[in-house]
Amino acid sequence: MAESVYLKLVGARLRGQMSYRTSFLLQCVAQAINQLAELAIILVLFNRVSALGGFSVAEVVLMYAIAGTAFGIADMVAGQLDELPTYIRTGTFDVLLLRPLGTLAQMMASDLHLRKVGRIVAGLVVLAYALSRNDIAWSAGTVALAVLAPVSGAVIFSSIWVTANAVCFWVVDGQELANTVTYGSNAFTSYPITVYGPWLRRFFAFVVPGAFVAYYPSLALLGRPDPLGGPALLGWISPLVAVAAAVVAGLVWRTAVRHYRGTGS
Amino acid sequence: MRAYVSLALAGFRRYSTYRQAMVAGMATNVAFGLLRMAVLVAAVGQAPIAGYDVAATTTYVWLGQGLMAVVVLWGDKQLADRVRSGDVVVDLYRPWHLQSALFAEDVGRAGYAVLVRLAPPVAFGAVFFPFRWPGFGTAPVFVISVALAVAVSFGMRFLLNATTFWLLDNRGVQALYTALTWLFCGLAVPLAFFPDWALPIVWSTPFAAMLQAPIDIFLERGSPWPLLAAQGFWALVVLAVGHLVLARAVRKVVVQGG
Repeated sequence: MAESVYLKLVGARLRGQMSYRTSFLLQCVAQAINQLAELAIILVLFNRVSALGGFSVAEVVLMYAIAGTAFGIADMVAGQLDELPTYIRTGTFDVLLLRPLGTLAQMMASDLHLRKVGRIVAGLVVLAYALSRNDIAWSAGTVALAVLAPVSGAVIFSSIWVTANAVCFWVVDGQELANTVTYGSNAFTSYPITVYGPWLRRFFAFVVPGAFVAYYPSLALLGRPDPLGGPALLGWISPLVAVAAAVVAGLVWRTAVRHYRGTGS
Repeated sequence: MRAYVSLALAGFRRYSTYRQAMVAGMATNVAFGLLRMAVLVAAVGQAPIAGYDVAATTTYVWLGQGLMAVVVLWGDKQLADRVRSGDVVVDLYRPWHLQSALFAEDVGRAGYAVLVRLAPPVAFGAVFFPFRWPGFGTAPVFVISVALAVAVSFGMRFLLNATTFWLLDNRGVQALYTALTWLFCGLAVPLAFFPDWALPIVWSTPFAAMLQAPIDIFLERGSPWPLLAAQGFWALVVLAVGHLVLARAVRKVVVQGG
């Protein structure tokens, strides 16, 4: 029953977003350009150097492609959580609480960012290219990993989004801080974690589990040992990390909503 | 003229009311600076690229982090929203020139941003990382360059907003603009890192005048005068085109009932 309500909500939003057709198409194109611009930056850098953090251009592009695709999916599904402070300030969040549906699911269904399809498609194209350019020992395991990595990454990013934005229930101006973690981990995961200093790495790779989005799965796909000395197993556990991250995000959200009091406006 | 000065002051005060947001913004800014710096230093640490050694690169990163909020590298929606809602009609029959009024307000905003958005990341970078200060003679030239960069950015954003008069929903154009700025203003990588064949192209866009030009002047990369000339040229062009576009747009506006 509830599922069909969500489907209707999402369907209504999608029709709404397509009503300005030119603008919508332009937004899709812009999202794809955004994605490819990040690729262009990597290529510009590699035009001047032969390796970055010990990785070649094809290897870095692979990491970027997994991270970019995962981030595109997460942004489409969870990106509208950025609106949470507005929901809280204007009292719209109270309306969500009154409905007999989950608050998080309602937030996500309230404005699915369909235009991010441009970003996802561009990411997938680059991913296909990167997979063909690298020397990968294809087996059932690596094929499954190549498919699961962007999906697990999307779940990890979405969990980060939920957890970081839940802070806004306590801190009214928490949005910018949440951005540090959400968009920051996107910037972080597109490059091998070997380029970052120890503190940044500890925070963005393990406190926020960014290293499991693209870095470790890429190592496993490439069959390379971790230059930082991590065990090879790390490359295969991203789906488990994703499940754990989703559970944590769910608990944090639940606690935050229980704690929530309307602003009275 | 006095009205425009008041508007600039109002712009300054308006943005100075959000202090908590400012502190949070600073933390975000520093985090992104650290991430960007790590990648670029990993590249130039092996050998200097196009004249950028480690000190020049960290200076470039922190100056860019500071300048991006002064110059505003993404689109703003203020005027676009007023066009969509129709409120722009009120703005149009006030006794001012709309573009000049918005420009005055933006100058005030930029002035405030120099204090709270430019100074902290630059200070952070200068304290914790190798930093390259310019000679005394460069300081006034840099100030002029930043002012011109603000003018170019305002002119571009005004044009962007003005497209709403025709499109009604300009979010597509906005998104396109943000993607292009990010790539071509020199925020993600210094423009000098681009391949040699692309250099004349990337340097001939107005985006270069918005961020890379003042940074290059600060780093004293070659003579500042060609950079200032290009900035002045773009500032004049975008402001003049904005003026013409507004004149056309006003004739399109239909006031319904009331």
